[in-house]
Amino acid sequence: MDAPILSISGLRAVFRIAGRDIAAVQDVDLVIGSGETVALVGESGSGKSVTSLSIIGLLPKKIGRIAEGSIALRRRDGTVTELTGLDPESLRKVRGNDIGMVFQEPMTSLNPVYSIGEQIAEPIRIHLGRSHRDAATDAVRLLAQVGIPDPDRRARQYPHELSGGMRQRATIAMALSCDPTLLIADEPTTALDVTIQAQILDLLAALQAQRGMGILFVTHNLGVVAEIANRVAVMYAGRIVESGPVSEVFTRPRHPYTAGLMRSVPRLGQATTLKAAGTPLPTIAGNVPSLALLPKGCSFAPRCVLAVDACRTAVPPLFAATSTQQSRCLRWEDL
Amino acid sequence: MDAPFLTVRNLTKHFAPTAFSRGPVVRALDDISFDIARGQVVGLVGESGSGKTTIGRSVLRLIEPTSGEIRFDGVDITKLSAGPLVRQRRKMQYIFQDPFASLSPRMTIGQILTEGLDIQGIGSRRERRAKAERALAAVELPVDAYDRYAHEFSGGQRQRIGIARALTLEPEFIVADEPVSALDVSIQAQIINLLRDLQVRLGLTMLFISHDLAVVEYICDTVIVLYLGRIMEVAPAAALYARPQHPYTRALLSAIPSLDPLARQGRQVLKGDIPSPANPPTGCVFRTRCPVALDACAGIVPPLRATTSDGHLKACIRDDIA
Repeated sequence: MDAPILSISGLRAVFRIAGRDIAAVQDVDLVIGSGETVALVGESGSGKSVTSLSIIGLLPKKIGRIAEGSIALRRRDGTVTELTGLDPESLRKVRGNDIGMVFQEPMTSLNPVYSIGEQIAEPIRIHLGRSHRDAATDAVRLLAQVGIPDPDRRARQYPHELSGGMRQRATIAMALSCDPTLLIADEPTTALDVTIQAQILDLLAALQAQRGMGILFVTHNLGVVAEIANRVAVMYAGRIVESGPVSEVFTRPRHPYTAGLMRSVPRLGQATTLKAAGTPLPTIAGNVPSLALLPKGCSFAPRCVLAVDACRTAVPPLFAATSTQQSRCLRWEDL
Repeated sequence: MDAPFLTVRNLTKHFAPTAFSRGPVVRALDDISFDIARGQVVGLVGESGSGKTTIGRSVLRLIEPTSGEIRFDGVDITKLSAGPLVRQRRKMQYIFQDPFASLSPRMTIGQILTEGLDIQGIGSRRERRAKAERALAAVELPVDAYDRYAHEFSGGQRQRIGIARALTLEPEFIVADEPVSALDVSIQAQIINLLRDLQVRLGLTMLFISHDLAVVEYICDTVIVLYLGRIMEVAPAAALYARPQHPYTRALLSAIPSLDPLARQGRQVLKGDIPSPANPPTGCVFRTRCPVALDACAGIVPPLRATTSDGHLKACIRDDIA
């Protein structure tokens, strides 16, 4: 069998703040196979974006660094490269080439003074060494593939002339320009309206089916996870607290945080019933803890209704709840 | 039945180009009419450019409508001069979306909470502090928050401060503009529960603006669905979710990703983009993306009309698709 596209083990990323190393991400293990979409889901400060920035070596320069762990990427030529500790020049050859990236805000990932076509052609010239003319032809072909009507004309336009949904399609075209093995999509639909979000999710699924790349999909939206992902890893306060196939995790969560999160998501039609019964919406009490002041033991224990004394003494390991589903909860069997 | 507390009639807002901008007139709102009864919560739902925030701001006259009438407890506020308008605003407050941008980093929470009372000249210093502390208690924040700064609080706590600021003046009417959109899922439900609780306890009348149909269901009695500056559908919340009638509402509901991984098939995906409000389609503004549009839809602007007995109104000429 082929090596996985991406294999992260024991990742620990820290930020140096006020003379102290604060772990934004720790003990993260994650594997993505080809043709597989893995969602990294969590709330603000959970470490999902820090994980994705660690992969592409874009942690904030002066304060952020990878302290421990390994990130191995299978490249287009089939070789496996260890990305941690790679020098900036070699990393630049991977980024935008073997790894494509799509971010939340398409307007900030596009340069306002270059045409859409030039921006898509640039990585094709740099990484694949194609001529200006060939790269420009490729750019138009890519725009057509991501469902942009009239791609010839659009390639000559500038970002401000496109709608939000069109811009995000253009950044997807750019991310795919060098035929990456891994696509990192960090909240790619969060800034879009729901009807446009549905279009972009369909597009990503179709492109993956054609190209067989692995996708790391970072999002806070559980509904989007259910739509797009094969497997999901739920993060809380810098650690993965539960992971497994979406069909298992969402039908039977084995961590109280996942279960609480799923209950908190408003479901259509459910609120009318609750309101009629005079019942409040289900919530998770309290707030997400500061990474600088994490409690001893399980980070979720202060908000957890199942917490017992043992939860407050040591960070629980990942338990294998099934052959495919893991939970970082001492009481996973009680859920 | 009582006269409605808030009556909006034929509200229109066109943003004309100014000396510093070029381009055509942007038709943000066209002929919007609705009522809110005292103690009711009405939801305004729509995507970008639908005009929901423009309605919210016009209702408090934070922006000047181009034409139309806004009657607040019998008073047409579009005709008030500055002095009476400020006095009227005591009864009307606004809760903003972004709990980071809407609280001054240089003011203590106490200063933020009492600023409105200062402007309105209400109470002595001691009374103002007492009112602010009561508002903090009402949003379940500790009283010692009074002397602290906004940066010391999390997003959810800041939104509670924003709500407390709206409450210190003891308003009768609140516009809540996307009050939970910037918050994490686990905090969203806390804030919605709090707003619902306050609304019931204080008998508040509320206009609740959101881009997310799933969020407004719990708090709203009636929901208005907007598209490109026009009302597409109005219905009691339960009826809207159970039996949406307008093709746009159906598409919007269908586009919300479901938590059930098995439900991902069968979703109806609208084609194309939302047209520009500077150049809206003729006739029905939704027709360019509508899966059931007819040639006739380009010819007339469909009036908002009752189609069933359950309080449903829709602006669609097709009755054969229900």
